[in-house]
Amino acid sequence: MSNLFIPNPKEAESIHILREVAAQFEKPVLLFSGGKDSITLVRLAQKAFYPARIPFPLLHIDTGHNFPETIAFRDQLVEELGLELIVRNVQDSIDQGKVTEERGRYASRNTLQTTTLLDTIEEFKFDACIGGARRDEEKARAKERVFSVRDDFGQWDEKNQRPELFDMLNGKIHQGQNVRVFPISNWTELDVWEYIKNENMKIPSIYFAHKREVFFRDGMVWTANQHVYRDNSEEVVERMVRFRTVGDMTCTAAVLSDADTLEAVVDEIRLSTISERGARIDDKRSEAAMEKRKKVGYF
Amino acid sequence: MENRKLIKIATAGSVDDGKSTLIGRLLYDTGSLTSDKLEAIERNSKQRGYDYLDFSLATDGLVAEREQGITIDVAHIYFNTDKTNFIVADTPGHVEYTRNMVTGASTSQVAIILIDARKGVIEQTYRHFFISNLLRLSHVVVAVNKMDLVDYDEEVYLKIKSDFEELVAKSDFTTDQITFIPISALKGENVSQKSDLMNWYIGNTLLDHLEVLEPADLQESSAARFPVQFVIRPKTEAYHDFRGFAGKVYGGNLKKGDSITVLPSLTTSKIKAIHFFEKEVEEAAIGSSITITLEDEVNVSRGDTIVKNSDLPKSEKSISATICQVNAKPLKVGDKYTLQHGVNRVLAKVESIQGRIHTDFSGEEASDQLKLNDIGQVTFKLSKAIHFDSYKQNKSTGSFILIDEGSYDTVSVGFIN
Repeated sequence: MSNLFIPNPKEAESIHILREVAAQFEKPVLLFSGGKDSITLVRLAQKAFYPARIPFPLLHIDTGHNFPETIAFRDQLVEELGLELIVRNVQDSIDQGKVTEERGRYASRNTLQTTTLLDTIEEFKFDACIGGARRDEEKARAKERVFSVRDDFGQWDEKNQRPELFDMLNGKIHQGQNVRVFPISNWTELDVWEYIKNENMKIPSIYFAHKREVFFRDGMVWTANQHVYRDNSEEVVERMVRFRTVGDMTCTAAVLSDADTLEAVVDEIRLSTISERGARIDDKRSEAAMEKRKKVGYF
Repeated sequence: MENRKLIKIATAGSVDDGKSTLIGRLLYDTGSLTSDKLEAIERNSKQRGYDYLDFSLATDGLVAEREQGITIDVAHIYFNTDKTNFIVADTPGHVEYTRNMVTGASTSQVAIILIDARKGVIEQTYRHFFISNLLRLSHVVVAVNKMDLVDYDEEVYLKIKSDFEELVAKSDFTTDQITFIPISALKGENVSQKSDLMNWYIGNTLLDHLEVLEPADLQESSAARFPVQFVIRPKTEAYHDFRGFAGKVYGGNLKKGDSITVLPSLTTSKIKAIHFFEKEVEEAAIGSSITITLEDEVNVSRGDTIVKNSDLPKSEKSISATICQVNAKPLKVGDKYTLQHGVNRVLAKVESIQGRIHTDFSGEEASDQLKLNDIGQVTFKLSKAIHFDSYKQNKSTGSFILIDEGSYDTVSVGFIN
């Protein structure tokens, strides 16, 4: 038994937020992508409610273009921790004619996820969706609240946000509204990696350096795969790469790296000069890309 | 996460004081601007025809703001040095945005107040310092910016310092809580690099000063308070009779074996164990999110507060507080609200408004309502007693928010007298 427990202030804050979600909402859900941020959320939720089980299910909106390593990891985690997992597929939204597949060089299902997510929120009547977004990821996210109220259409009104004072969280909402909750708002990418290392957490293998068939476009490293559009002129080569974020194959670029352990990854992040969302192809579309997507209900 | 200390800073300045530039400069100097962000800044600066790097582009987040060229809400920015993690709540400086600075300052320990060396102490400066004083921040850094535009003249700096010291005398701050630093955010003078152009200044650079602030000085230390957020009942075979009370520790440490009182029931017991995830600890420091169990079967639910027997808080059905109105709907006598005090909620009725306080330290005037950005003294009658400390003693148990029953918006923040 240790003597005096000194908290990690960011971890303590995240646990406080997760407990507020469980107390203030009737049907919360944790949006799980299989990425490091949502894996961190699962660990924090374990800590918040231990020795009880996490009192809400996980929801994965599957684009069908995920890395198979991510899906395998997801299923293993859910089984080990005895969690409830709900999966909904973007392919179903496409088949139902609710969304249309993008075409061309930069085709991605990333934005299509929004429709599937909003439909799923309605299907289960979720009133709080817990996500792993961080304010350091992108400028528009820097102004996001911890409890972010969305209207029936999932829209974010950045001009009309509730002020958040001290650590008091106001989760009162009207019928039909829901709240997006961001417990690790105040963490940086380095914080997340250092935490994963200190906690010795498991993460999907694609975060570590591995050999992969890739091609180069716009100065970025793309996965060569049936789901990713590629010109014949774009030559496929094998390289040692790893991923810094785990999204869709179509919108997540790899980085050339030899970092094959958590220590090496943390060192790489510490010295890195490319920001994490710099490897997100969807943000490159325009400077205001993220803000525009958030306004229409993107996670 | 490495064990770096965490310093939370609120920034305040008027329009064009160079606040965004200063933050961008801090990010740049600490190597926190990544190459793609730096490229974006270079590209945008060039597009706008600047012959320098416009670091303000690093932080001005929203499209509407970029169009107007001003920041309009609270943005959070992160950077770190080897020893310290920093969180900056960047709040805008317009008169109408008092609410934003109060919001940003509520989660901060330190304020950086920017003053344009050419303009000196202006009405806005009064307001920013008034809010720092109202929120009882631990330290205020007065950054006299744009020294490059006044030829790095010491006389200009000394005049501003002396004007500001007159304000300090009117406040609750002691002089050791206030630090003056002459800087040029644009040129990077005295931000992280000691300026050769201002040899007359012998103090630390801004970044060095922020780094030497000790979180120990920044933490409140009063009586321990443990508001219960959630009752943990696993109902599994291994933990069949487990009833844990989950919450965050405020004010002072909690120890195993402490004799405690549960409010409002006034039941007493002892702390049987303190749990943090899979381990048990003897003592939990301020700020810990823990779960405790008690020796006796006591009825405890969310919103109750566990305190040490020796340090009971005040319990009242009528409270007086300084209110800052953070919503466009004014606060009037007779209005009813949900009052959220920590994690506890009661109904509150506005009994009387004693007046509106001038945020320039010039006293107060009679007023029957508080409009957006107004600050005033208000008395409330509550549906149930709350268990509180004065804001001076404990920021967490001495503050509350008011929630409008129609819109559910957070409309006011209160600091209990």
